[in-house]
Amino acid sequence: MSDRQTPARASFPGATFSVWSLLRRTLTAEPWPAQWRSPDPQPAYDVIIVGGGGHGLATAHYLAAEHGIRKVAVLEKGWIGGGNTGRNTTIIRSNYLWDESAALYEHALKLWETLSQALGYNVMYSARGVMMLAHDEHDVRSLKRHVHANRLNGIDNEWLSPAQAQAFCPPLDISPNARHPVLGAALQRRGGVARHDAVAWAYARAASAQGVDIIESCEVTAIRRGRNGAVTGVETTRGPIAAPRIGVVAAGHTSVLMDMAGMRMPLESFPLQALVSEPVKPVMPCVVMSNTVHAYVSQSDKGELVIGGGTDIYPSYAQRGALHVSAHTLEAICELFPRFRRLRMLRSWGGIVDVTPDRSPIVGPTPVPGLFVNCGWGTGGFKATPGSGHVFAATIAAGTPHPLAAPFGLDRFRTGRLIDEAAAAAVAH
Amino acid sequence: MLLIPCPWCGKRPELEFRHAGPAHLVRPADPAAADDDTWAAYLYIRDNPKGRHAERWRHVHGCGRFFNAVRDTVTDRIATTYKPGEAPPA
Repeated sequence: MSDRQTPARASFPGATFSVWSLLRRTLTAEPWPAQWRSPDPQPAYDVIIVGGGGHGLATAHYLAAEHGIRKVAVLEKGWIGGGNTGRNTTIIRSNYLWDESAALYEHALKLWETLSQALGYNVMYSARGVMMLAHDEHDVRSLKRHVHANRLNGIDNEWLSPAQAQAFCPPLDISPNARHPVLGAALQRRGGVARHDAVAWAYARAASAQGVDIIESCEVTAIRRGRNGAVTGVETTRGPIAAPRIGVVAAGHTSVLMDMAGMRMPLESFPLQALVSEPVKPVMPCVVMSNTVHAYVSQSDKGELVIGGGTDIYPSYAQRGALHVSAHTLEAICELFPRFRRLRMLRSWGGIVDVTPDRSPIVGPTPVPGLFVNCGWGTGGFKATPGSGHVFAATIAAGTPHPLAAPFGLDRFRTGRLIDEAAAAAVAH
Repeated sequence: MLLIPCPWCGKRPELEFRHAGPAHLVRPADPAAADDDTWAAYLYIRDNPKGRHAERWRHVHGCGRFFNAVRDTVTDRIATTYKPGEAPPA
């Protein structure tokens, strides 16, 4: 099941892109047609997906493409991809420590590798390599442990000496008297970045072509339940919509939505900030992450350095964050890459991430019949987008967890079988 | 950056503080008798409200003491702070 590939684009209708169509529209200034329909909500669907981010749209796509469930609505309170999908630093990797996480993220990475072809839309996946720096003995041991664990799971990850790290990423300062000395690095060459907006648009386009209704500016205000406790539909700002199955894929707002069904979640929502510099010529060939100093950096195709750090320190739903948190990240970046010191920052923003106690996601059914949840991706959800949607669609279609999602059920917080990536994953917390 | 009124030291910048999680979480009185659901609720389940939130802070770079605050998680505005052991304001 987990090896099942997304069908090729031939399985759903929709305009394809070509050099000639690009050229023609460039020369004639002919506007591009809408890539997905914007219908009014119907009274009833087979499945409602609450949340039109990458994960929700991917879920809708795989429900239609692989499970034949096409009477699906994706309800988005704002615009699709306007939440965390458009606010992250687009890093993709699968070098997680534990077997369960490695399997799930590797499943996603394998889908990334052929996603543009599968969806007929260029998501600009670029396997430019994700390099994680070790700054002290603890980092060295931890990252080497990751390298070995990953290789046992068939996931590429290799150890680099400081000189090899600098050869792979020339702007990196590896001098021994640096503020954050580089003692080595772990490199996943298949890791990289993708264009986050394109991911949302590609899934929306593919889902829409298969009959999925993508309904924007439609906020869910209540979840209706029948006499037996099962869900029967939702109330929205665009009227009531009935469905026997509801999937909540709402990232930072999951607690708020699940509360409508009377469920409390093991989640806390934190702002996570990112920022971009002014655009410059190509200078940064890969993604560099440093867990110890809380900094991630890569360069977008536009030339901007894309920078992220750790979450803010207190839970909040404000989509911004404190300046001193970004400043902390920038100070570290300037120490690691002295040549970036004169760059000016162009924009900064925050997204609201839902963090679980063990820093692993929650994917599966809930005690409320018909209600499914996909949340808790915390600071690292973008990389999982295709895999998350794929296993969540299978879970909703079957009513029982996909094998890769099974370890990530809600009941792990009762049984104590946590998947503790908190200290292990190279994620700043 | 927030300006946080420590009940002992007055208004101080956020940098002097550590956030210490939700306030008024009560450990099960008889741990041996508590079942898995009770432990899960105490250890992991959180209100995570969008709006008024009672939470603990510690003035680590000041008096070092814990206190509680009521903060709106949408505006981040702190309505009030109070000493540990005091009931949350209505």
